[in-house]
Amino acid sequence: MQANAEERRRYAALRARHKPPLPHLTNLTLAFVVGGSFCAVGQIFYNYFAREGLPPDEAGAFTAVAIALIGGVLTGLGLYDDIARVGGMGASLPISGFSNSIVAPAMEYKREGWVLGVGAKMFTVAGPVIVYGLLTSLVVAGVYLLGHGRLRLPGWLRP
Amino acid sequence: MTYVWAFLIGGALCVAAQLVVDLTPLTAAHTMVLFVVLGAVLSGLGLYGGLLKLAGAGASVPLTGFGNVLVQGFIKDVGSKRASGLLTGGLSAGATGMTAAILLGALMALVFSPRG
Repeated sequence: MQANAEERRRYAALRARHKPPLPHLTNLTLAFVVGGSFCAVGQIFYNYFAREGLPPDEAGAFTAVAIALIGGVLTGLGLYDDIARVGGMGASLPISGFSNSIVAPAMEYKREGWVLGVGAKMFTVAGPVIVYGLLTSLVVAGVYLLGHGRLRLPGWLRP
Repeated sequence: MTYVWAFLIGGALCVAAQLVVDLTPLTAAHTMVLFVVLGAVLSGLGLYGGLLKLAGAGASVPLTGFGNVLVQGFIKDVGSKRASGLLTGGLSAGATGMTAAILLGALMALVFSPRG
């Protein structure tokens, strides 16, 4: 029993010595650089649309479209997989990663037909993103509006 | 200066997402869903507007920005259309990005075939 505990202690010390100081530091750095770059490119578009006189929310929406377009075309050319292999979530979290998640299965499942292949498989990742994004934001907005008195519960629901 | 903040904040959000993927059993798809939800919650708490002002595209390009757009869409439509805004706000605010992505998916599937 004594020897067992001693062995375990030595193993823990050995493991602590060989563990990298921070988990996956390379992954994190690459995610930072790749994700930050997509956003900096987005800022170029945003500044352009704002200079053309679009209000902030529309400039933001068109920026999203521009970055989605870049992601979609890079996916079509077969290059986005390489970016994602390097950048990890730095490639998946920007909206270009969202359009990659739609375009890649659309191309991949073309051979299963345009309805049950392309049409259905497009939403493998985008579907859950839209479903849970919409449900959460509905609840969040409802709570926000009730809290600010801008929405009132119908009489039969009020305490 | 806006470019620096966009890079830093956008990069930081991606690092946070990478930490989730590296340290938990969640996949990239789970993390994308998680961050849209996170963006919606931050938006409801009134914290996302400030981030957008500071970081611009650094806050709107990552998927957290999509969650924010959905929440603000609901709030705006309830303001202009009363309770029925709770059924229209989210999708109409998110329509630009979603329509573009679906159109792209179909076009790219038409034009390109996967490598290999």
